[in-house]
Amino acid sequence: MNSIRALIVDDSSVMRKIVERSLRQAGIELKQVLEAGNGAEALSALQDNPVDLILCDINMPVMDGLEFLKQLSGVANAKGVPVVMITTEGSEAHVVQALSCGARGYIRKPFTADQVKEHVLPVLAGKS
Amino acid sequence: MKAVNPMLATNDRHEDWVPLLGVAAREVFELMLGSQLTVPATAENANLDITSMVGLAGQVCGVLSVRCDGKAAALMTSRMLGVELDKVGPEMSDALGEVCNMVAGNFKNKIAGLAESCMLSPPTVITGNDYTLHSLANSPALEVRLLFEGMPIIISLLINS
Repeated sequence: MNSIRALIVDDSSVMRKIVERSLRQAGIELKQVLEAGNGAEALSALQDNPVDLILCDINMPVMDGLEFLKQLSGVANAKGVPVVMITTEGSEAHVVQALSCGARGYIRKPFTADQVKEHVLPVLAGKS
Repeated sequence: MKAVNPMLATNDRHEDWVPLLGVAAREVFELMLGSQLTVPATAENANLDITSMVGLAGQVCGVLSVRCDGKAAALMTSRMLGVELDKVGPEMSDALGEVCNMVAGNFKNKIAGLAESCMLSPPTVITGNDYTLHSLANSPALEVRLLFEGMPIIISLLINS
């Protein structure tokens, strides 16, 4: 797999670092990692920085992950970029809502690097 | 991690939730910190001067807290970030907040119907123990005492139902 650019969106900087580490542990080579603390920051970051993968929390201040998903379709740089949600929200309703808004994967916190691998690799390979 | 007991969703006997609090905490520490929580032989009142809290609102209203001492908090942060213990800095509050957030989220995901009907607040972390928490809870706190690498932690859930 080629080296990728990832955007990690979570209001916790510690969680952003954990997600980045989990991606690396999953064997995903990262050539660039962008971070954003909420959906609005993520949309802004995407204006000037195309990425290959977005990992996004749901519960965040200013703009939550579901609203971010809805607005993502209006960002030219984000066309076709897969989004995988990583969140404590574990209800089927949240999963369905996220997938219907365009998410390609859903990981519940707490998680392992193996779970990240299991959900992210098929998405990057275009199999999900 | 699915709900482990659907009958608990409509059960008013909140004390039945205590084991789930323990399971929720154990899973978070095992998966995110690589640590097996153990049960203390005695319930000591240690000097737990760091408190992380997450509010619950909806079908269940209340506050879930995780209390520990500074040494345990630093070790948790070190494990989460994958850095040496002496490199842990101001991100400790963020890490403790995330631990509490994940325990609360994992706990509500284990009770059928609660995952979608109960929202979590952003975490709050208090340092120090010279305070009194005045909660609107109208039932006794559900409490689980565990050991993280030999250091005591207390998971509490105050419910206002």
